Amino acid sequence: MKEERRRMHDVLSEIERRFIVSLASKERRVDGRMLKEMRPVTIETGLIKKAEGSAKVSLGETKVIAGVKAELGSPFPDEPNKGVITCNAELIPLASPVFEVGPPQEDAIELARVVDRGIRESEMINLEKLCVIPGEKVWVLFVDLYILDDNGNLFDASSYAAVAALLTTKIPEVEVNGDNVVIQDERMLLPIDEVPVSITFSRVGGRLFLDPTIDEEKAMDCRFTIVTDKEDNVVAVQKSGDGILSERDISEALEVAIEKGREIREKHFYPILKSREAEAHG
Amino acid sequence: MSIKNYSQEELFKDGVRIDGRGANELRPIKLEVGVLSRADGSAYIEQGNNKILVAVYGPRELHPKHLARPDAAILQCVYRMATFSVDERKSPAPSRRELELSKVIRGALAPAIFLKNFPRSTIDVYIQVLQADGGTRCASITAASLALADAGVPMRDLVAACAVGKVNGTLVLDPNDVEDKLGEADMPLALMPRKKLITLLQMDGRMSKEEFLEACRMAINGCMEIYKLQRQALIKRYMVIREEYEGGEEEDA
Repeated sequence: MKEERRRMHDVLSEIERRFIVSLASKERRVDGRMLKEMRPVTIETGLIKKAEGSAKVSLGETKVIAGVKAELGSPFPDEPNKGVITCNAELIPLASPVFEVGPPQEDAIELARVVDRGIRESEMINLEKLCVIPGEKVWVLFVDLYILDDNGNLFDASSYAAVAALLTTKIPEVEVNGDNVVIQDERMLLPIDEVPVSITFSRVGGRLFLDPTIDEEKAMDCRFTIVTDKEDNVVAVQKSGDGILSERDISEALEVAIEKGREIREKHFYPILKSREAEAHG
Repeated sequence: MSIKNYSQEELFKDGVRIDGRGANELRPIKLEVGVLSRADGSAYIEQGNNKILVAVYGPRELHPKHLARPDAAILQCVYRMATFSVDERKSPAPSRRELELSKVIRGALAPAIFLKNFPRSTIDVYIQVLQADGGTRCASITAASLALADAGVPMRDLVAACAVGKVNGTLVLDPNDVEDKLGEADMPLALMPRKKLITLLQMDGRMSKEEFLEACRMAINGCMEIYKLQRQALIKRYMVIREEYEGGEEEDA
């Protein structure tokens, strides 16, 4: 219901929409990119010292910050030997004229759940290693995303921020004496098994735009997000919005998502993984 | 109460699934149209052990008015599960899952409706899951599009929906609750069958590119089967209406 309100206050003129569509027929975009070209990505980690892990991501002008807080808590009854991870997203009013104060609405909930799905389904974190006392005490990781500047494609920016923050998260080592858990001064990196990469398209005028800007999102019929893992498997997918996709759109998007996923992983996440390893051995 | 922990081998052995179906087989589906008296349109679906009621109100006046679109109706969807519809009692407060599903279901139905015919108004779709058995969002969409048709809302096509899961490395059509929870992947898909346009697509789990494309094909075929059942259910409803109408005419004469 909130989305309807957002759409109304955030209109794109018909002239602008037609401009986007007519440029696309020549394989071009308003900002000069090709249809399947991403905006520059920068990832900065460890900027919030109070958090166990943090990352700020810029995707063009879009900015998202993620912070990870860890605390000891109870496991879910059906998974007594596993740690818990939860994602939450806040579309705060400083990031856009159409975001409002108040509890998360549909858009924010969908965003957080799609980011969460990529991390969970890729089995990025070995949650079994976050168990302290089975059935009693496990590490609970809160990944909180704050959108700082919404210039489009919050799904990918948020996903990169969450993944980078988790890759650099350090939680205290613990010692278990019977039922007593003693928190140590030493810290350890999280047990990481995977690096999921999210790639999002907007479908505008029958064409797929990789990494859409806010104007391209306003003009879109629907959004399509694909998350892949290191072995090029698909681990999460979300079509979002009121439009349609054809079978051809899906296979086209899949090819691009796998290729761009590899690029992002190699260029932005592997360096973080390397410095983790260096730290673990040093 | 919770589900037994089957191994992947137990879930799919010798081409047979735990409920006795083959990999490419839908669960039994029962569809009824026009089941509620006060709603403008309604439908009921049973798919396996899923039991779901859908009511449609509208097109009608929208409150608060500032939400209205000057050029089209808005579509509002509310997906809710009854507290007793699942093994562990669900809290009656709307969960994050219910809010997300309401949103994706709206996205699945909206492309089929001529919303521009009804500016400044709303079409409201209320979905109540009475018993859940895996694949509720798909069953809800299948029933909701029938309820919209029953309400006389002009549509480009019906929307049929169906999921594909993966158990023991095999893709299976229309996974049940156990296959959904213990399986290796779940991919719900909704389709406007006449032009094969996809209006909902989600996936969680792990599939290779080839598996994903094959899963799409399987789901589309499943939707085509469901589409036939939808049309039958609508025709059945229409026959009842026609009988009532013609019967009434004779009395008048």
